[in-house]
Amino acid sequence: MSTLSERETRDAAPHRIGLWHAGVVVSTKTESPTGRSIVLDVPGWGGNIAGQHADLRLTAADGYQAVRSYSIASVSNGDRVELAVDRLPTGEVSPYLVDELRPGDQLELRGPLGGWFVWTPSLPDAVQLIGGGSGIVPLMAMIRSHTASGSDAPFRLLYSVRSPDDAFFRSELDTPTPGLDVTWLYTRVAPEGWGRPPGRITVDDLAGSAFAASLSPAVFVCGPTGFVESVATALVALGHDPHKVKTERFGGA
Amino acid sequence: MGEHVDGNSLAGPLSELFAVDLTMASARCLGCGDVSELARAMVYPDPTGYVVRCSRCDDVLMVVVQEPDSVCIELRGMAWLKVPR
Repeated sequence: MSTLSERETRDAAPHRIGLWHAGVVVSTKTESPTGRSIVLDVPGWGGNIAGQHADLRLTAADGYQAVRSYSIASVSNGDRVELAVDRLPTGEVSPYLVDELRPGDQLELRGPLGGWFVWTPSLPDAVQLIGGGSGIVPLMAMIRSHTASGSDAPFRLLYSVRSPDDAFFRSELDTPTPGLDVTWLYTRVAPEGWGRPPGRITVDDLAGSAFAASLSPAVFVCGPTGFVESVATALVALGHDPHKVKTERFGGA
Repeated sequence: MGEHVDGNSLAGPLSELFAVDLTMASARCLGCGDVSELARAMVYPDPTGYVVRCSRCDDVLMVVVQEPDSVCIELRGMAWLKVPR
């Protein structure tokens, strides 16, 4: 038996668990005036569960690299990954993804990432999903996983968007789905004749449309940081167990 | 820089260093004694890395500083970190 000398140890290959995979854009679809979904083929990806995200790495011609995290809208056992991205006006990466990326383009992805903000069909609890803006993306993966698995867990979604045009996955969410109840909340512009005046989500919205705390639902909240924090505070005020409220913050919006 | 995010965002950066998903690990805050998954912590990204704060008392749990040839992880705000297996 021999031991490594210090010199040999220092010359060893760097230890890297988080592998980057090369992905190819298969298709893109406009979801809203500022957002689109992107389907990628990522050999070696190996599938993901609902709620996980991927890190995306872009490398400029001069070698400059930028890494950003995006939630995954799809659930699969294979190498197909659907992301959905909203363009941040001051963003460095999202304008490229929303306005310029084309089928055949290559991107580097790392993941699937995150084992906490996830839903799997084995969970029996009622599920309350609450999304703001592009915070719908990981919740959409949960809805798709719920539908694909035939889970009996009742699902409800509260989806807060600026205006009807800003909704991602509109036609899919407007298609009646057994076991899924969808409530739309509009913050700036509501459809004509809509009962609720436009405005940010309130305790009354949660009390009126979300599963009651007495049912002990598993709650997933995703969106801009301010949205997530006001919703989480309101949920706790309504008696929800903080341990059953899982949150994911996107930062500013 | 933008607003803070949360510990979910650490899954990628920490996957460069650890074989397990540390966002599912629970940490005990030395400041207030709260025990929470790292995913629940508040994360303040800056150009050199991340400052991770307790979601209850806001004390610093962990600082990650990325340098060209190393990553420094300061853990002085945690009594322990429990990793599920």
